[in-house]
Amino acid sequence: MILAKIVGTVVATRKDERLVSNKLLVARPVDPRGKAEGTYLVAVDTVDAGVGETVLIVSGSSARMASGMKDCPVDAAIVGIVDHVDVREPVQAGAVRQER
Amino acid sequence: MQLAQVIGDVVATMKDANLAGIKILLLQPVNPAGEASGRTLVALDSIGAGVGEHVFFVRGREAAYPFYPAEPPTDATIVGIVDHWTIG
Repeated sequence: MILAKIVGTVVATRKDERLVSNKLLVARPVDPRGKAEGTYLVAVDTVDAGVGETVLIVSGSSARMASGMKDCPVDAAIVGIVDHVDVREPVQAGAVRQER
Repeated sequence: MQLAQVIGDVVATMKDANLAGIKILLLQPVNPAGEASGRTLVALDSIGAGVGEHVFFVRGREAAYPFYPAEPPTDATIVGIVDHWTIG
């Protein structure tokens, strides 16, 4: 899953019938500190997220396991609204115990 | 599956009902030298991993299998805590 910030909505009148009455949002992936990275994507919203919120997006076939998405043609679904992210430990090179 | 280090956790109150009660962690994939390699991602925890630990995780549809018969919507799940690894 990835963290993303909702930046907009998508309105589509003509679409696959299994997408009818699903909310589509435009999201921008962000890193744990909130910095935008990567390209925008369109995700189906299953948790009533809104513009400006940070969300969890599940991608690929797993997106169909989101609530109400069974057999729907989606590859990105918003499955959680993030309250906060704790980044407690930066990765330290060489901190790993290795045996050679 | 890929190696990663747990670098934090994610709190989400409003979420898919099938995610309730499952720990959500922040992962930084690492290379065999233990250095950060690639983008951070969010994964579910099926084995009780904690911040700072090295783990391996599974991606894709299979990421839901550790929670069988529940089917949480996830594309990444931690399935093992690494004690150590050997290259070569």
